[in-house]
Amino acid sequence: MRNWFNRKNIVSLLGIVLLYAVVQGLIVFDIMPPFYKLTLILICIYIILSTSLNLINGITGQFSIGHAGFMAVGAYVSAMVTVIMHGPLLLGLFAGAVVSALAGLIVGLPTLRLKGDYLAIATLGFGEIVRIVFLNMDFVGGAAGFTLPSKITWTWAFLLMVVSVILIKNFVGSTHGRACISIRENEIAAESMGINTTKYKVMAFTIGAFFAGLAGGIYANYMYIIQPGTFSFLKSFDILVMVVLGGLGSISGGIVGAIVYTLISALLAGIPEWRLVITAVFLVVMMIFRPTGIMGTKEFGLSFLRKKDDKNAASKN
Amino acid sequence: MPLLKIENLSKSFGGLKAVSNLNINIEKGELIGLIGPNGAGKTTLFNILTGVYEKTEGKMTFMDRDVSGLKPYQVTQRGMARTFQNIRLFDDLSVIDNVKVAYHQRTAYSTFSALLRLPSYFSGEEEMQRKAMDLLKIFNLDDKAEETAKNLPYGEQRRLEIARALATDPKLLLLDEPAAGMNPQETHDLMNLIRWIREKFNLTILLIEHDMALVMGVCERIYVLDYGMIIAQGAPDEIKRNPKVIEAYLGEEVV
Repeated sequence: MRNWFNRKNIVSLLGIVLLYAVVQGLIVFDIMPPFYKLTLILICIYIILSTSLNLINGITGQFSIGHAGFMAVGAYVSAMVTVIMHGPLLLGLFAGAVVSALAGLIVGLPTLRLKGDYLAIATLGFGEIVRIVFLNMDFVGGAAGFTLPSKITWTWAFLLMVVSVILIKNFVGSTHGRACISIRENEIAAESMGINTTKYKVMAFTIGAFFAGLAGGIYANYMYIIQPGTFSFLKSFDILVMVVLGGLGSISGGIVGAIVYTLISALLAGIPEWRLVITAVFLVVMMIFRPTGIMGTKEFGLSFLRKKDDKNAASKN
Repeated sequence: MPLLKIENLSKSFGGLKAVSNLNINIEKGELIGLIGPNGAGKTTLFNILTGVYEKTEGKMTFMDRDVSGLKPYQVTQRGMARTFQNIRLFDDLSVIDNVKVAYHQRTAYSTFSALLRLPSYFSGEEEMQRKAMDLLKIFNLDDKAEETAKNLPYGEQRRLEIARALATDPKLLLLDEPAAGMNPQETHDLMNLIRWIREKFNLTILLIEHDMALVMGVCERIYVLDYGMIIAQGAPDEIKRNPKVIEAYLGEEVV
């Protein structure tokens, strides 16, 4: 346990709590306009989505473009659990995430054994199939959508986002995460170093699908209504853009990308006819001047605090 | 029983027979050279042995077990490690992380304890860090542990690749042209390193090499491959005098 409480983790924790408290205070005292609150909760949802997609595309180096499909599975399953079966919110979110992970396993097992672009094709197809399946399921409302009460508060969204990011970060920072990165770096070398590459590709993909499902569940239980059209491939590309914008392979990049992209969308919400044009221009300029994304593969660091810790430890010895 | 026994091994790509009817026996502790002109099938043999290619015919027995049909990672887990002709490091990872990836299969704690950072995560990582650092010290790379692998000079990249292969804890080490692109001094150092790691890690080594000085200098026995077939085998002195070898490979200047 002592390993948890180094200076770096404590400072991070304080920062997270402070951020939460400030926003919560603004909400409780009714200073925060509803549109800002909506944007903040959307940012939390998109951070989970972009971080989990980053695990697949950036860390493991596989190209998946069907994240909205997993989001849809999570959204609809959690809605079914909370509304039709009257289950508690957390159970609904968890069930959505688990079913989404199972879907990931089923899509990933056959396609990730192959080398090449098969995953991109399969996930694109999967996203569309999921959308059309829900479109034709009458007991979840079909095209008209499925209405449900909004139970997600800022506290829930923020807490679940923080937990998701920490879990994904822990995975990436472990020997299992290194195995995934080695696949991205050189698949043949990874295999000949004793890494079961298929296993780790499927594992990363399944974990990614799990958190996409969780994000979908949060989305469904916040937005009052979910419609199949929301989870089209355009949504998948939105998430992909966040990851590439922030920096493929960097957890903090995924977070920054989700924040920047959601804020741009929110700022341009008043001029919807120009929104996509301006976003596109921004992305083109970005790719010309900084093709590796805002963060590249670097992480946002409090690492200077870590160094101090090491020095302290060294001077004690 | 030899450590590695290859019997009548053949591999065809369509109509082309890349290797045919190879018979090779390697005893524990030997240092064997494998030479031959370009396209003779040397790297193909490595790829068959390590599971990258599937054999067409024949039998491969490693440590008394049949190893044909295994995936590359399974071959590595059985104790056969390799380096590559064109260096294949994990370019964007640090030097020490390159080695840690190779320790993964032996020291992996569960995914669950990685996610929740349970005590086994910390002890596992500490152990890996210590082992990897010890290994880098042997290869004189410890002061560059945090550097990105692709930024190392060429010779050090070659050394790191050998270190990484050793981290998988092999019984048999396959080196594919370790001296390619090295100058005579570096080649000389490499010769000493190869001899030394064999003693230190109790290894058996199979070495592909074009550099005659290196092969003749360190190998106890040499197989000569031409057009996918073994045309000669024996001690370095015998190979040097073998007229078939001279004709096929060494050329007239060497005599």
